[in-house]
Amino acid sequence: MLEINNLTARIGDTEILRGLSLSVKAGEVHAIMGPNGSGKSTLAQVIAGHQDYVVTGGTATFNGKNLLDLEPEERAREGVFLGFQYPVEIPGVNNAYLLKAAVNARRQHQGLGEIDAFEFLKLAREKMAMLGMDTKFLNRGVNEGFSGGEKKRNEILQMAMLEPKLAILDETDSGLDIDALKAVAEGVNSLRKPDRAIVLVTHYQRLLDYISPDFVHVLSEGRIIRSGDRTLALELEEKGYDWLREAANG
Amino acid sequence: MSAENLESMVNRRYAHGFITDIATESLPPGLNEDIVRAISLRKNEPEFMLEWRLQAYRQWLEMKEPTWAHVHYPPIRFNEISYYAAPKSDKDRPKSLDEVDPKLLETYEKLGIPLHERARLAGVAVDAVFDSVSVATTFKGKLADAGVIFCSFSEAVREHPELVRKYLGSVVPRRDNFYAALNSAVFSDGSFVYIPKGVRCPMELSTYFRINAANTGQFERTLIIADEGSHVSYLEGCTAPMRDENQLHAAVVELVALEGAEIKYSTVQNWYPGDENGVGGIYNFVTKRGDCRGANSKISWTQVETGSAITWKYPSCLLRGENSVGEFYSVAVANNRQQADTGTKMIHIGANTRSTIVSKGISAGKAQNAYRGLVKVMPQAHGARNHTQCDSLLIGKDCGAHTFPYMEIKNPSAKIEHEATTSKISADQLFYCRQRGIAEEDAVNMIVNGFCKEVFKQLPMEFAVEAQALLNVSLEGAVG
Repeated sequence: MLEINNLTARIGDTEILRGLSLSVKAGEVHAIMGPNGSGKSTLAQVIAGHQDYVVTGGTATFNGKNLLDLEPEERAREGVFLGFQYPVEIPGVNNAYLLKAAVNARRQHQGLGEIDAFEFLKLAREKMAMLGMDTKFLNRGVNEGFSGGEKKRNEILQMAMLEPKLAILDETDSGLDIDALKAVAEGVNSLRKPDRAIVLVTHYQRLLDYISPDFVHVLSEGRIIRSGDRTLALELEEKGYDWLREAANG
Repeated sequence: MSAENLESMVNRRYAHGFITDIATESLPPGLNEDIVRAISLRKNEPEFMLEWRLQAYRQWLEMKEPTWAHVHYPPIRFNEISYYAAPKSDKDRPKSLDEVDPKLLETYEKLGIPLHERARLAGVAVDAVFDSVSVATTFKGKLADAGVIFCSFSEAVREHPELVRKYLGSVVPRRDNFYAALNSAVFSDGSFVYIPKGVRCPMELSTYFRINAANTGQFERTLIIADEGSHVSYLEGCTAPMRDENQLHAAVVELVALEGAEIKYSTVQNWYPGDENGVGGIYNFVTKRGDCRGANSKISWTQVETGSAITWKYPSCLLRGENSVGEFYSVAVANNRQQADTGTKMIHIGANTRSTIVSKGISAGKAQNAYRGLVKVMPQAHGARNHTQCDSLLIGKDCGAHTFPYMEIKNPSAKIEHEATTSKISADQLFYCRQRGIAEEDAVNMIVNGFCKEVFKQLPMEFAVEAQALLNVSLEGAVG
């Protein structure tokens, strides 16, 4: 589904990704771990097409299409979803309005008509119930005045509504208390499907107690220095990152 | 935000820029007493009107052009402006739409205002001002049945001189300011409305203004009188063709609300803002004022300002009557090199008077947008209350927003609240929307419309849709 080969990218003059390769297939859950500044969030942003990051080399394809040729909204409509680490507030814009516009943009791309207003509300209520969200959030400004946990739940709500093929969740666990973490994790688990891939970007292995990944990759200085299964995360929890970095550099 | 995108916004051409080829019968450029007399003569005005104009002209001569506004423009050469232009058909004023110059009707078509259709479908009486003379008035019958007078100002001067005499200049005196004095001397035409006691006007009154003759200042005069216990909603909207020279526009609008009366005045203004360098846009120096003369009266201004090279406009309320209410809801968009200095004045004179100000300023490109508002509470205005909310939205890094709130509170019982915010459409907000599959331009529109929601909901339904569309066009490509 997602094939990344020897990808290099920079922001300003700083090279952040330095030859990263990653292969993600439908139905898989991958965890990308690594110390601060290793390039985890950059990878997420580059896949989504953030304009501040300049790709300087390598390739990235999504279901055979050259991802790097597509505008961010085109990538989204193809089914790439990014759950933001810091979801922005958009005051004055109704949460339901944004959600509906997003759903319709995707539907239009798929050759479907606009979603019926009642159908939309019904669907949104269902998903919100699943995530333990109060429906009043639909009528608030996008993320406006939301707590950290509410923002993250709102991201998962959007993911649930948009039904992406590939979901990249950037530090979705950061800043969450244990109840919020459980709710978000349950939401994500319920969205695991054979035709959907999920990439979890996380600093701590805590999230992986609730969402069990098929693969774990360790990122350091813009490259994946070790890949393994779920046990690699536990090893990291115990030993930290340094031993891997030393091994990689040595 | 990317520089290219801002660039493309700056380069967007004015969608309504075309010129209708109708021969105009203008007076030679320049201003003196003979010109004032000539204008009055052409309009067959009674003596009192000519006298009034001449006095205004003499007062204007003694006045100085104001310079306090946060706008910059080359000096206006008042002697190079022609003060009267009328469509050729003026001599033979059409009695119905069939008699209207087809070219003129074509213009309305291009603007998307099919006059008869629009009037019929929407149930709106349209008093269309093309250049300086009203050429078509509809729905007169229905209004006449209700006793409502809705006609061109010239007609009012001839048919209802007693009302004109009583109320003209009673809200905006001739010497109120430089441009009001100029307008008083040379005003060409405009609209006149009188709603009799206890009457609720059966339809929304609408006028479309359009400037079309090159180098001709247009000086409308509007007077709306709502007698005791009456109610009227008036809609004003305008577009203008592309021009090279700057066009001076100095209108005066006077509203009078007697006891228990209510006037709702809505404006959607889309005059030619000039090219990307600000050349050729309209200078819009307007005096709009409402007088809540009677107890329990209410005047509400709602404006959506997207056009003009320079806007200088402060729709205001004199709250004289006890318990009277003044409202001002404004969206002002300034793009490219547009300059807007707009706001309101709420003068609390009567006891327990209340006012609400909601101002939304949007700046993009290299534009400068200023809110200037005065809340004044006179000593006798016990229990006066004001709430002001003043928000600015910036798109791009080369524009500016300025807020100049003035408060003069002379009664200690007054309750005054002022809130102000400045925000920016950030690259992060746009990226967030795009990551959800929403195109950049749609995202900007969504954010801007969200920002303006409070004002839009004050507009009559059909106008609100138009205003939203207009805003989207005005900011097309204003993203990054």
